[in-house]
Amino acid sequence: MIAPVDKRIQSVKDLKERVRAVGENEVARILVCAGGGCLASGSDKVIDALREEAGIRDLDIEIIATGCMGLCAEGPVILMTDNMTFYQRVHPDDASVIMSEHVQGARTIERLVARDANGERAVPCLNDIDFFQKQTKVVLRNCGRVDPESIDDALEAGVYQALGKTLSELLPNDVIEQIKISGLRGRGGAGFPTWMKWNFTRQTPADLRYMLCNADEGDPGAYMDRSVLEGDPHSLIEGMAIGAYAIGASQGYVYVRAEYPLAVERLQKAIDEANEHGLLGENILGSDFSFNLEIRMGSGAFVCGEETALIASIEGRRGEPRPRPPFPAQKGLWGKPTVLNNVETYANVPSIIGNGADWYAAFGTEKSKGTKVFALAGAVRNTGLVEVPVGTPLGELIYDIGGGIVNNKPFKAAQLGGPSGGCVPKEHLNVPLDYESLSELGAIMGSGGLIVMDDDACMVDVARFFVEFVQEESCGKCVPCRVGTKRMLEILTRICDGQGRIEDIDRLIELGEFIQQGSLCGLGQTAPNPVLSTIRHFREEYVEHIRDRHCRAGVCPSLVRAPCQSACPAGVDIPGFISLVGGKRYSEALQLHRNRNPFASVCARVCFHTCEEKCRRSTLDESVSIRGIKRFMVEQETEMQLPEIRTNAANAAKKIAIVGGGPAGISCAFFLARLGYKPIVFEKEPRPGGMLVQAIPAYRLPRETLAREIRMIERMGVTIETGKALGRDFTISELKEQYDAVFVGIGAPDGIRVDLPGSDTKGVDDAMTFLRQYNIRGSVPVGSNVVVIGGGNAAVDAARTAIRLGAERVTILYRAYARRDAGLCRRDRGSPAGGCPDRIADFS
Amino acid sequence: MAEEKTCCMCSQEVTDEEMIAQLDELIGEYIKQPGGLIPALQTVQSRFGYLPESVLLKISRMFDKPYSEVAGVVGFYSFFSTVPRGKYTVRVCLGTACYVRGGKEVLSAMKKELGIDIGETTEDRLFSLDVGRCFGACGLAPVIMVNDDVHQRVNPSKIGEILKAYAVEEPQEEGVAV
Repeated sequence: MIAPVDKRIQSVKDLKERVRAVGENEVARILVCAGGGCLASGSDKVIDALREEAGIRDLDIEIIATGCMGLCAEGPVILMTDNMTFYQRVHPDDASVIMSEHVQGARTIERLVARDANGERAVPCLNDIDFFQKQTKVVLRNCGRVDPESIDDALEAGVYQALGKTLSELLPNDVIEQIKISGLRGRGGAGFPTWMKWNFTRQTPADLRYMLCNADEGDPGAYMDRSVLEGDPHSLIEGMAIGAYAIGASQGYVYVRAEYPLAVERLQKAIDEANEHGLLGENILGSDFSFNLEIRMGSGAFVCGEETALIASIEGRRGEPRPRPPFPAQKGLWGKPTVLNNVETYANVPSIIGNGADWYAAFGTEKSKGTKVFALAGAVRNTGLVEVPVGTPLGELIYDIGGGIVNNKPFKAAQLGGPSGGCVPKEHLNVPLDYESLSELGAIMGSGGLIVMDDDACMVDVARFFVEFVQEESCGKCVPCRVGTKRMLEILTRICDGQGRIEDIDRLIELGEFIQQGSLCGLGQTAPNPVLSTIRHFREEYVEHIRDRHCRAGVCPSLVRAPCQSACPAGVDIPGFISLVGGKRYSEALQLHRNRNPFASVCARVCFHTCEEKCRRSTLDESVSIRGIKRFMVEQETEMQLPEIRTNAANAAKKIAIVGGGPAGISCAFFLARLGYKPIVFEKEPRPGGMLVQAIPAYRLPRETLAREIRMIERMGVTIETGKALGRDFTISELKEQYDAVFVGIGAPDGIRVDLPGSDTKGVDDAMTFLRQYNIRGSVPVGSNVVVIGGGNAAVDAARTAIRLGAERVTILYRAYARRDAGLCRRDRGSPAGGCPDRIADFS
Repeated sequence: MAEEKTCCMCSQEVTDEEMIAQLDELIGEYIKQPGGLIPALQTVQSRFGYLPESVLLKISRMFDKPYSEVAGVVGFYSFFSTVPRGKYTVRVCLGTACYVRGGKEVLSAMKKELGIDIGETTEDRLFSLDVGRCFGACGLAPVIMVNDDVHQRVNPSKIGEILKAYAVEEPQEEGVAV
């Protein structure tokens, strides 16, 4: 095709004139995000409505459909370029008010702007919003800012200037040297140095070379390539052209997923426009360099993300990987030297050439340079695309940019790198996101998929999910991958079904290592990663599934009758007693509760009720107030009823000793009594109850409530002797001689002292000591200005107690990310008026 | 190629003979092109919705390749189908984010609503059901696609409402949010 002369840019000098000068007058614009997420939320209707309103009012304003702006959770989103106001959750009906108030009235529309992390202050300006302000956009610099369907817009934004610089100032080896200095590593997988790959290809003697782009973004959870393809296709074209010049290629292909029809459409349009403008094709910008680019669509095979499989697919064959060497750099497409890089890798290239390699190398860490785009998804508030310098801590990404976990649930793990990667548990929230650090944890950067999980995720089930995916996507060529992942899947399925065996864990590890070593391509070599990673960081969960047939997340159907029951440490039949309460059968409900836990009244007041966090009702509106129902239930018991006791003369004749009269010891006595035994409990303190009387203040747990339940247990045949201390009044040896069995339930009475300078000085106490003195003696010295470190229940009890004892000011210090654990989240029913919250301040 | 859609909107029946008669015009340009087999198959499937055996035999003769090689390519890639597809292809995303946010429940509800399993088509040829691994809308999980329409934050109990809009008439609105 002969390009029309009037559009063709003839020289580098002409190209430079296409850039919009800084401060140059431009028509005001409304940029509407038309990325995949916002389109799904209806942004195309917003665009239509805005254009209609602009037409009605005859306004001189451009309404542009852009690529992804990144904040998918708040879509549809728009950006007003006159003052960089960012509006969220825009509805087509808002078009009228946007035009009349913002465009014509120059007023900000308050209800559409972002709020700060606390939801209090309006943050209208894009650059002030944490989600955007804390990012560094290199790859995504034009996404959401330029019209992806207009090459003129791209040229005005400076796209193709790096290509012009390349052709006029640099030799091919100079380009490779710049890429080397920049430290750019491939962004699609393991991070191989880009310059090295280019250099190998260039050095291989050949009459033809190929430049390929891997846009087969198969990782579930990754969509940054889509964002570039749809939002800034010209940067990709420019990056590939520069690379082709560097290695001496005249033909390129972009292999795009079939699932991305819009990306294919926009990229093709961009290629056509680039050809018309002389930026692709013969004699680019009037130089000797020629480069043609074509699209090849993928057809739905994950393995084609592997380079030799992708090449086979372009050649029209089954996408089966082949052994290397020879590497594609020597023998690739049609047997010629070939470079294959990821979309994101190419999108970095123009910035490196344009701004200088040193500029790029200034981002990141010593070994991992530049920025990385992450697709932040899962149980995080601000889902979307995030670009940060390599080495940014994971926690910063999740909490500062991502806004924390949905519903303030605890962070459990993040899966990085999709089915080829691994999980990072919360102990490693500080891990810098670079290739080396993640590798040490058994994870990979991969393409940048980042799935955040809260405690509703079962790590065994997640591992099974990934193995199932890999099993289905295996090309079937080699046995370790095809058969090995099948065996792993069978084992994991057994474990999730409650049929696991304890040796399964070691068998999975052995299988995983074998598959890693024996597989031909990257798919098989990385397939075991999610399993090995979850075993490494969450082995206890595997053990629970196998040994206890218990899924604490409430996910595995065979192991979970109801998620709330699964979450209860005592395994109380919550659906059962709630149904009975609903039928007004209160005594039966209480009996059902006591089958698993004798302290129904106590727990109705002080239990931290993890069951409510798992309640299925919260997917409709809110969790059922399970603890509240329990309290109502116990209050219906006017006359203490005794649980069923199986009278057994033989058991009654046995002598059982229990050391410790706390919850464990008393519960043990309770269950033994129900079987007909008559155990004796030895308690050191004047009153039984352990932590229930020593640590929990009476205003939270009235003493009569506890005493009543202990009396019930005594009436079942249990003897409790107080003032009897182990080591002083008896020894274990003596008990063994006198009794048939001895249960030791001394609990964990000591607090943990903070390892801080000065923590052993006068005036510094741990909460347990403080609360015990108060609860046993009724009084303890307290200063006027008290600081409590930590946000748990003991901390809040200590704070409230200090105020009751006359402290003028009490401050709680706790970690921001742990807010959910703070006792502050719950007002205890029955707490006296004028209680603590008004007097407690908190600092993050 | 940019004009092609990935899902067939053709609702009328086309016989194998009619398909074969159109092949020269449809994919003739790919025969001499290196690696042209897969684009050709994509084009034919876009046009007719599926790839019957007789058409594949003809294609293998046109490309001068053994039928087994062409069939091997068709069998390898999940995009290709040798059985007729429905007017609408429903694809439930089971990418990681959608899975973690309840994609399994969405898929179960969809199977139940349509009365078919994955890979099957309803008797009235209206819907086909597939599983996808990621549609790039992870921020709005769980997600389903009906042809090229993306439905976000899908609630399993609302599946019927989503499908009803397609069953009754041409959808009035694209990208319906539930």
